[in-house]
Amino acid sequence: MNPVFVLSLFDGLLNTVILSLLTYLFGGLVGLAVALGRISPSKPVRLVASTYIQIIQGIPLLVLMGFGFFGPSILGFGNVSALAAATIAMSIYSSAYLGEIWRGCLQAVAKPQWEAAECLGLSRVQRMTRIIIPQAVRIAIPPTVGFMVQIIKNTSVASLVVGYGELTYNAKIINNATFQPFVYFGLAGILYFLVCYPLSELSRMMERRLNVASR
Amino acid sequence: MSPVVELEDVRKSFGSLEVLKGVSFSVERGQVAALIGQSGSGKSTALRCMDRLETIQGGRLTVCGHALHEPGVKLSDLRRDVGIVFQGYNLFPHLTVAQNVMLAPRLVRKMSKAQAKDRAEQVLARVGLAEKLGAYPEQLSGGQQQRVAIARGLAMEPKLMLFDEVTSALDPQLTGEVLRVIEQLASEGMTMVLVTHEMEFARRVADRIVYMHLGKVHESGGPEILTRPATPELARFLEAA
Repeated sequence: MNPVFVLSLFDGLLNTVILSLLTYLFGGLVGLAVALGRISPSKPVRLVASTYIQIIQGIPLLVLMGFGFFGPSILGFGNVSALAAATIAMSIYSSAYLGEIWRGCLQAVAKPQWEAAECLGLSRVQRMTRIIIPQAVRIAIPPTVGFMVQIIKNTSVASLVVGYGELTYNAKIINNATFQPFVYFGLAGILYFLVCYPLSELSRMMERRLNVASR
Repeated sequence: MSPVVELEDVRKSFGSLEVLKGVSFSVERGQVAALIGQSGSGKSTALRCMDRLETIQGGRLTVCGHALHEPGVKLSDLRRDVGIVFQGYNLFPHLTVAQNVMLAPRLVRKMSKAQAKDRAEQVLARVGLAEKLGAYPEQLSGGQQQRVAIARGLAMEPKLMLFDEVTSALDPQLTGEVLRVIEQLASEGMTMVLVTHEMEFARRVADRIVYMHLGKVHESGGPEILTRPATPELARFLEAA
């Protein structure tokens, strides 16, 4: 094992984490808008949101990466960096899933809660921000953390299209030089595991705690 | 003076199922009306229409001066005038008792925190729960939760209170404490419409009994109709109850 290569793997891991964090941020923001759109009182808004989800969920992430990379220049925005392209693709991808997960959580806050707030004269925005979202957040934490693990692993798809130097990409480059796939892909796998496992555990732990709380 | 609640030939369907087939009755100010009848007779739907949780499809429905059969009802105005208590309490589980009660006065009536707190203490004292201000709903018994729900409604100083089978989820010991609160409100002159299965309570508290059967008002009158029903359907219903 060459220490330079191992360092390169850690460098890749850092880039994986950066891409994941950017995806949480932008995917989360768009996902929230999608979730709220799915339960909007306006039918056209609902339709737009559900069509968006269906289209995005129907496209492989790899193809989205292609759009993220080539799309901006085709549309005349010029070339984008590998990180920007990967962030665009990952954010679009995760927003469709997070939107649907969160829609479910919002709707899981029982309808009677919504009615009770309505009958007290609270406006729609007040009902949402004071009653529904605070309760939905509790329900949403375990599946959201679970999906965050998916996001970390799926950032590896960026290695195939956009040439962003994340963990899998660096492992691939090292393998091209060393022809030791078992060692370096194995190490990459361990690094993914070390990041993902604590998150998975956290998700399971919160699920257990939540089940106790919600009688 | 016009009635607080007035239904004239009110109709309501869910899909192809007609639940209200022309319901008419009225409730005067200060009166307590009890809606009784089998499940599926339309009594809860009629009550929900009064707070515009369901929209009616025919007839006329006026509540506290708001014509709910006309388009463009100001729902926020209606809900200032009407309080409703549900079978399942529907307290907000993430808020304390005080916060549950203060929320609407703060947000809707724009009271200051101190004013809302005063109001909450006052209405919680009325339902006998002044000491539970800081508790969360899940720490309370069903009967206590339902009394908080009543207090939450009262905090908005409604002109009309609606009660939708508020004791049906409670065991008999806890039913009494909730019914006593409602009875006290009745004696203070609050106008109320209750959907209830408690016949003894209806007889004692209600000024007016409305017996619904198959989506219509089958028989109505003073509490004496519970002792001397005029129709065989009400007689059978009372026997079974």
